[in-house]
Amino acid sequence: MKYKLKNNDALSPLLWRGWGRLFMTLAALGLLTLFLFPMWRITLIAPQYPQGVTMHIWINKIGGESKSTIQNINILNHYVGMKYIEPDAIPELKYFPYIIVGMVVLGLGAAFSNRRQLFLAWGILMVLLAAAGIYDFYLWEYDYGHSLSATAPIKIPGASFQPPLIGSKLILNFTAISMPHISGYLAGLSIFLAFAAWWLKSKFDKKHEKTAAANTAAHRLSTIA
Amino acid sequence: MKSHHGILPFICFLLAVTGLFFLTSCGNEGATNQGSQGALGNDAASQVYVAPGEYDEFYAFMSGGFSGQISVYGLPSGRQFKVIPVFSVDPEKGYGFNEETKPMLNTSHGFVPWDDAHHPELSQTKGETDGRWIFINGNNTPRIARIDLTTFETAEIIEIPNSGGNHSSPFTTENTEYVVAGTRFGVPYPQSDVAINSYAENFKGMLTYVKIGKEGEMDIAFQVLLPAFDYDLAHSGKGNSHGWTFFTTYNTEEKNSLLEVSASQNDKDFIAAVNWKKAEEYLAQGKFKEVPANYAHNVYNEKTHSATSTMMKTVKVLTPADCPGLVYFLPTPKSPHGVDVDPTGEYIIGNGKLSADLTVHSFTKMIAAIEAGSFETTIAGIPVLKFDEVVAGVVKDAGLGPLHTEFDANGNAYTSFFITSEVVKWRVGTWEVLDKAATFYSIGHLMIPGGDSKKPQGKYLVALNKITKDRYLPTGPELCHAAQLYDISGDKMKLLLDFPTIGEPHYAQGISADRITPNVKKFYAIEENEHPFKALGEKDTRVERQGNTVHIYMTSIRSHFAPDNIEGVKVGDKVYIHLTNLEQDWDVPHGLAVMGANTAELLVMPGQTETMLWEPTAEGVYPFYCTDFCSALHQEMQGYIRVSPQSSSIALKWSLGEEEPVQ
Repeated sequence: MKYKLKNNDALSPLLWRGWGRLFMTLAALGLLTLFLFPMWRITLIAPQYPQGVTMHIWINKIGGESKSTIQNINILNHYVGMKYIEPDAIPELKYFPYIIVGMVVLGLGAAFSNRRQLFLAWGILMVLLAAAGIYDFYLWEYDYGHSLSATAPIKIPGASFQPPLIGSKLILNFTAISMPHISGYLAGLSIFLAFAAWWLKSKFDKKHEKTAAANTAAHRLSTIA
Repeated sequence: MKSHHGILPFICFLLAVTGLFFLTSCGNEGATNQGSQGALGNDAASQVYVAPGEYDEFYAFMSGGFSGQISVYGLPSGRQFKVIPVFSVDPEKGYGFNEETKPMLNTSHGFVPWDDAHHPELSQTKGETDGRWIFINGNNTPRIARIDLTTFETAEIIEIPNSGGNHSSPFTTENTEYVVAGTRFGVPYPQSDVAINSYAENFKGMLTYVKIGKEGEMDIAFQVLLPAFDYDLAHSGKGNSHGWTFFTTYNTEEKNSLLEVSASQNDKDFIAAVNWKKAEEYLAQGKFKEVPANYAHNVYNEKTHSATSTMMKTVKVLTPADCPGLVYFLPTPKSPHGVDVDPTGEYIIGNGKLSADLTVHSFTKMIAAIEAGSFETTIAGIPVLKFDEVVAGVVKDAGLGPLHTEFDANGNAYTSFFITSEVVKWRVGTWEVLDKAATFYSIGHLMIPGGDSKKPQGKYLVALNKITKDRYLPTGPELCHAAQLYDISGDKMKLLLDFPTIGEPHYAQGISADRITPNVKKFYAIEENEHPFKALGEKDTRVERQGNTVHIYMTSIRSHFAPDNIEGVKVGDKVYIHLTNLEQDWDVPHGLAVMGANTAELLVMPGQTETMLWEPTAEGVYPFYCTDFCSALHQEMQGYIRVSPQSSSIALKWSLGEEEPVQ
């Protein structure tokens, strides 16, 4: 067999029985970085904003590079009649933190149980949550971009001011760039770690089972003999 | 035939002469152009070219002379960035017109809207320019101002008592322990109604030391009472000579009329050397006299965005006769104007303005002469040192009318010569003249970035000229004053650029931009606003009446004022419009102008509150609007105040949009 290794020597450090649990623990704790760093950023760039205006989206708040970023974005948005971004009016910022804390607890529970099925289940649940979160983000962007005031000073028929979900887009005189930010990447890493934990644990379990089976067989053989 | 033969050579000769004439005249023209426009062949243009969007390497701060202000330029481009209002009102910025800055111009004579600003001086640490503050003297009503270089705004002004004409000022010590002020006029001490021709008997000359605190705050530490000479310029010692300040004098004849003749008779005047460390000892020993005085100390508070003016009532005076070792006179030929100390602190250059020579004193020799106690004479208890014992050298026949000297980092000195209109480069120590460059025309001061500090930075020299004549497109009888930029990185000075300045640029200071730009403030944090009449949001806006005083708490944000419809104001009211700019971004000031207001506009920076006092004299509806193009909807940024007759019973009412009260 092509991938068969001699006595599994090279793979054996990878199959230390504790790797799966360690990775799962890191995956769960990694989500806490969502409370330390922004997970997403939207940067608006125009000639008169050479450094850009960067809004930061956290799991529990919306901020920016400076205290006044939201005010400055709202001032820009009001010309075309976009709604003011008022973090207090976004319920997700209130309940998402609980979901994240719940996922941390579940992840630690999975690590404690050290069962690969739970690692996998946690990883899949996280993917579903992330997908739901990104879809929710899209809906908010759609709403901000399309629900325009009827009394907007500047009206451009047919125009939408929806920022891109990810990547860059030209909106009037601004280039809007939407990208994950520090804790967004770290949450992605958490998901990866959960799947890695599952994979490592699976490898270990299979090897363990094989060894156990071999031992049993040997035992039987010896008994027979 | 004969005549024919005779005439042909004659015509040839005529043609040849005419041709020669054309040739030479063209040649002359070429030479003139080259001489006056600099070595364009050597690509001067690219040396001063700062591409669009690029930054200059140096800031230059030029005195605005009789404009009373400081102007900020970039070098090498010569582009002007800002005029900082200091001693004169500035309607463009509302300085001296809004309620917050009026106290900045308060003096013992009341509100003075103008002064004559001469010598900007950057603060220093260890003898190097540090970019914290720049000081400048007000010459006419004696004052010193401090400008904060995080905001480029005047932060403090202190009046100098017992002085008339604060010319030898401010000239810092090497760690900005003090800035100094020396009176250019002898004045009666104390100021009193005496006959002018009792000058020699009643008049005195006062030198003042202003202590600079950690945050830059100014306080008159002491004054030194001297004979009524005219104290012209100053510079403090550095290195070994740290602890001393040198002041030039003229009119040691002590005359009070036709000074151009009467004050030019003595072959030598003096450089007064003041040992301020000794003065500190005498102060500590209580050897001062605390005398009554009356002078204004005006401080602008960046949190309240308001200035306060406090009248100070006494000043400590030291008298040299009671304080041996405090002051010495160094005889210096021919009414020395500038006194400049080389970067090592050893050489004290007296620029004898009525002479062809420069006299250089040695600090070491001065100390030796003091220790030897060999004095020529004593004037009012002040020992006069022997000229031959203090002089280190003479720069001979360099030009006519030396005024000021600055230094580069390589041991060279550069002296301006007013009468011969040139800059002369010479070697410190050997006193040999190395190079001369013409200026256009009549140079006064000259400036090398850091050129009066221990660490000159300069590869450039700026000549600050008094006369421009034909250098620019004419603008009627009044012509611009101007600066000229020279490259001094090579052996020969090279003229690069002419650029006009505001007022008359006396002295200037230069500093590499990286010592200032990291600390420049972009806007004022609104949460730190402590103005008593602030409105920190539209919900705080309101109108209040106390008798016939009306306070309007107004805000501005792109692109409206809140409130923008106000009723209930009456003829004869004193209406204070307190405008808080709610913006929190760089470069979004809002202005405010009210039709018919007998004052200037407000120009309010983000996070700031400023107040306009408006006293409407006739009923009607008065428009107001934003004066600083702030946004796409700037032109819509406007409102109305209704003014009713005094007898009217109309109630105060204010609103923004929808005709609903804001409350």
